[in-house]
Amino acid sequence: MTAPLRIGFIPLVDAAALIVAVDKGFAAAEGLEVELVREVSWSNVRDKLNIGLFDASHLLAPVAIASSLGLGHVKVPIAAPFNLGINGNAITVSPALHAALMEEIAGDRVDPMATAKALAKVVAKRRKAGAEPLTFGMTFPFSTHNYQLRFWMAAAGVDPDEDVRLVVLPPPFMVDSLKSGHVDAFCVGAPWNSVAVDLGIGHILHFVSDFLARAAEKVLAVRQNWADKNPDVVAALVRAAVKSAEFIEHPDNRTEAARILAQPERIGVDAEVIQRTLDGRLKISPDGTMRESDRYLLVGREGAGRPDPVQAAWLYAQMVRWGQTALTAEGVNTAMAVFRPDLYDAALSIPRPTDPPAPFSAFVGPAFDPDNIRGHLEAFEVGRWKA
Amino acid sequence: MSAEQSPKIVIVDESPVRAAILEEGLREAGFTQVVHIREMQSLLARIYAVDPDIILIDLENPSRDVLEAMFQVSRAVKRPIAMFVDQSDSASIQASVEAGVSAYIVDGLKKERIKPILDLCVSRFNAFAKLQQELERTKSQLEDRKVIEKAKGILMKVKGLTEDEAYVLLRSTAMREKKKIGEIAQSIITASEMLK
Repeated sequence: MTAPLRIGFIPLVDAAALIVAVDKGFAAAEGLEVELVREVSWSNVRDKLNIGLFDASHLLAPVAIASSLGLGHVKVPIAAPFNLGINGNAITVSPALHAALMEEIAGDRVDPMATAKALAKVVAKRRKAGAEPLTFGMTFPFSTHNYQLRFWMAAAGVDPDEDVRLVVLPPPFMVDSLKSGHVDAFCVGAPWNSVAVDLGIGHILHFVSDFLARAAEKVLAVRQNWADKNPDVVAALVRAAVKSAEFIEHPDNRTEAARILAQPERIGVDAEVIQRTLDGRLKISPDGTMRESDRYLLVGREGAGRPDPVQAAWLYAQMVRWGQTALTAEGVNTAMAVFRPDLYDAALSIPRPTDPPAPFSAFVGPAFDPDNIRGHLEAFEVGRWKA
Repeated sequence: MSAEQSPKIVIVDESPVRAAILEEGLREAGFTQVVHIREMQSLLARIYAVDPDIILIDLENPSRDVLEAMFQVSRAVKRPIAMFVDQSDSASIQASVEAGVSAYIVDGLKKERIKPILDLCVSRFNAFAKLQQELERTKSQLEDRKVIEKAKGILMKVKGLTEDEAYVLLRSTAMREKKKIGEIAQSIITASEMLK
């Protein structure tokens, strides 16, 4: 190895496996010298990866797919040999919206169908009263947050493009925007939901794992042609990330991992807030109510690190559903080819697992079958796609 | 000047100094319609109100992701296209990213009209970065001088040296240990505080 690898990241807890791999020496143990570069926007991460200023990056899974499809920007095929996180997002609402939803809710308040129906009622009431539509913040047009908000509210007939406003906000601006009333709610990753709750200006309404059991969130992304030219480096990166994820997932190491991530040049928030995310034990209301979930964020456990092309196909289906691209067989294949379990297996010298990965499971709609995306989408009433 | 001659340019930059440097350069080059947006709240609404042909944004601005959403908003009247849409011109893409500026071009603007604007932005951004570095250097020199003064005072008091002798001791120690004189001075201050 000559020059150190330059790897970009956004300060979010789901960059944990990457950051700890470097700062705890797992990357060095694989013979890799890595310079982590903190970035402020997904656009920057994508562009710097695309033009070669970064060798690899922490990347929103849908951005990796959009880049490979040439959606919204230049077409640069991306390979994701490691999945940095499964789940990890939450929906936070303002105290006012929370009160309105709780007034309308019929049923269990962690049941996403109950909250979505309550939202539909709030939306209808506001329209009748001539009030402005509710505004929801999310992180990027090609983001899990965008698709997850849409998936949830559309289940109760709320049209995300007609009945509410969805706006892009950089994660560090989410909390301020909720406080100023610029948005009524947002969907974002850790630590921002907890920050809003701690400031007393937000309630965590849902962990996204409430409505999607297993949703690919961020990937370790490299350019396809770079992966082809540097197979040994890719393999070493995967091994370092796997070891790092194993380290983070061990309960005894959580405090140390949180401390590493909390450093100002990494995520730069309190270690205690980060540890809450890693432990899946979150304060969900300013009154101190806690909620625990063993599915909140999966960094490496339950096979989270191994990229699953079915997840890529589901994300592609959301792009189709909301009119970002047209459904084609080629598109599905391109999307699925971004997620590279073969590179993961090769790096670890393990045979292809015989058990299929956990099926994609959601709180609404038919089972997801990547071979029949059309049939799957037809089951949903609200959408922007043409059959 | 007709709109054909001078495209409407929006600069999204939280640094008023850099925006001013850029704006001045653009005006000198004959681009008379330049608007600077500093406030990031309701950025899209502000941009739509100006209805620009070109949007320039610095890469350190997290609101770049907000601009990306404009590509996806179908209800917008004009849809900007990505600057980097032309893959053939990789050199200028690289130059602009390295300088820290990104441009979004509204569809329909001819490529030959964009190039000089982008080149100008890159050179002005680089000039600003240089200015910034010089400022930092001056600041740290000033900071060093303060630390050295303080360390000299400590040496004079503890070792009964004159000011010149104290300085010579600092300098020779720095040379021997191959460190900056400011670093040696700082360690004297730290040590003396620990021994208080």
